[in-house]
Amino acid sequence: MSVQLTVFFVLAAIAVAGAVSLIVQRHPIHSALSLIVVMAALAGLYLLLEAEFIAAIQIIVYAGAIMVLFVFVIMLLNAGSEERTNLSRTAFYAGVPLAIFLLLELAYRVARGSASMVAQPSPAAATRGLSMLLFQDFVFPFEATSILILIAILGAIVLAKRDV
Amino acid sequence: MNELFAQHPILLVSLVKIVVLLFLLLTSLAYLTWFERKVAAHIQGRWGPYRVGPHGLMQPLADGLKFLFKEDTTPGSADRFVYFLAPFLSLSLAISTIALIPFGPGTFRIFGQTTSLVVANVNIGLLAIFAITSIGVYGVALAGWSSNNKYSLLGGLRSAAQMVSYELSLTMSVAGVLLLVGTFNLSEIVRAQSGTTWGFLPRWNLLSPTAPQLLGFFCYFVAAVAETNRLPFDLAEAESELVAGFHTEYSSFKFAMFFMAEYASMITVSCLAAILYFGGWLSPFPQTAAFAWTRYLPAVLLACVGVGLVINGFRYSTAWGRIMLPVVGALLCAVAILAAWPGAVDFVQGPAWFLLKILVILFVYVWVRWTLPRFRYDQLMGIGWKFLLPVAIANVVLTSLAVVIHK
Amino acid sequence: MVPISYYITLSAILFGLGVAGFVFKRNIITIFMAIELMLNAVNLAFVAFSRALGQLQGQVFVFFVIVVAAAEAAVGLGIVILIARNRKSLNVERVNLLKL
Repeated sequence: MSVQLTVFFVLAAIAVAGAVSLIVQRHPIHSALSLIVVMAALAGLYLLLEAEFIAAIQIIVYAGAIMVLFVFVIMLLNAGSEERTNLSRTAFYAGVPLAIFLLLELAYRVARGSASMVAQPSPAAATRGLSMLLFQDFVFPFEATSILILIAILGAIVLAKRDV
Repeated sequence: MNELFAQHPILLVSLVKIVVLLFLLLTSLAYLTWFERKVAAHIQGRWGPYRVGPHGLMQPLADGLKFLFKEDTTPGSADRFVYFLAPFLSLSLAISTIALIPFGPGTFRIFGQTTSLVVANVNIGLLAIFAITSIGVYGVALAGWSSNNKYSLLGGLRSAAQMVSYELSLTMSVAGVLLLVGTFNLSEIVRAQSGTTWGFLPRWNLLSPTAPQLLGFFCYFVAAVAETNRLPFDLAEAESELVAGFHTEYSSFKFAMFFMAEYASMITVSCLAAILYFGGWLSPFPQTAAFAWTRYLPAVLLACVGVGLVINGFRYSTAWGRIMLPVVGALLCAVAILAAWPGAVDFVQGPAWFLLKILVILFVYVWVRWTLPRFRYDQLMGIGWKFLLPVAIANVVLTSLAVVIHK
Repeated sequence: MVPISYYITLSAILFGLGVAGFVFKRNIITIFMAIELMLNAVNLAFVAFSRALGQLQGQVFVFFVIVVAAAEAAVGLGIVILIARNRKSLNVERVNLLKL
């Protein structure tokens, strides 16, 4: 098995383990940490796909800023462990296997459908090509997202402000 | 395993480089604490560590032993997993950024492979360093939260908010350098600063003929001091304000890990400043035949230090000092002679100038810490958002204008 | 060489796990994190497709998805803070004032 395949399986296993841990953990802080692990594994997968800039942006913006926001909110709201549910155990024992089966079925169908895809050679200097696209063909969405972020900042301030 | 190394010799070479670099980094981390205490003491008009070994040179060893032998307590109702994770995360991230820093231009052969003086020469080196720094915020925030102590929580959250805010200014101030050079690769950034303007001024990004990055360096340095939680920006961990901030409940080795993580990030930031603004491993003198004698300057400097140590050692008060200092001085002289050997002098030049620049920047770091008073937290955040970020953006705008006009 | 279908399958699995988290959990913040997991899975699919077709538009789209996710997280967490303040609980079953 080539080195790339081994690295892929390791990173994929870490990502899936992190996602399962997100669902299974009871305290939101542990779920947040699991999500950060998933994001880091995904950044490794982007590097394997030779999308270096996206990998760096994923870590800097997603894992390094958005998740910090989540962690701040969890700490400030003092979110505790989830309480035990009072729903029926039958629903749990019937629902979880069905969910797993649905998941596996989805994965199988997707794998069958995309089996014919072959990776084209990656473009040299992907970062440069990406920035050319971003600032020439997609400059309007780029500027629109800056206004979007401004709106989001204003919205967050207005929503979370205390009326003192 | 042997087959893996035979098929991919790059792994073995990288392993050797990592081991050597780790050893050098951890030693210099320990002696950076000694350096800081000595400089702090001399600024305050006293001697600093003097008794533990000649001139206090064994002080880091004594501190390390103290940290190892102290009792390792854990708060009763702390979240154990996160409590153990936080210092480990901080330290491992702070140390791993050194893998991306190029120390010199020379290449050398080892195990039949020709490699250069950098562990990982990635095309997005600068961006990767910022990525690792931005994850470092978690070490602080999680440490504050997992201690189950309201002072720690407040200190941790304040510290994390400060780091996230100044990270923006840090990245923006570096954008000026990126406009001048056009690549994220750190070795390329250093190579683009070679040559001189007007025959004698080195073309460092600080004094670039297109757009001198003075404003950028100022923003970078202030943001870096705030990012590493050092005075004058260390309210979140100040001893007199919030007990000890996010590392209140940590003792012995875990506290040592936070301590080391702070100094390691200091070293990283200084390395990056030297690479981005001061020409990395380039000599400040023009590389012409008339200035060929400057290639021996690092060796001469080292020899002077060695001779000084020998002379001081012979007249030292304790017997142990009279033996150890001359031995260390003689070793330094031997290294200096080796460095001045005709074959090795070009190879040694790069790392030597780089280390000299890092030392100067670290000295300024320590100097600033022990001279300026501390900022209040609202002043700190105000500076980060209302002063530093607009100035960094202005730097980007001015630099891009200058680059466009110059083309 | 890793076949592209492996990446797409992994993206499908992560997306399914995100949906499962969204449906099964009761803490609002954890539900939010499951949404972020779904967005991440979709990003992986985009980058894999961009590699499969040899074009960079997929990566541009990932860039925009990340930016929009950041904006959405900021506003969404503002709403979460308001809910926590008003209902004194982060349990999504307590946000039931409109229930019959």
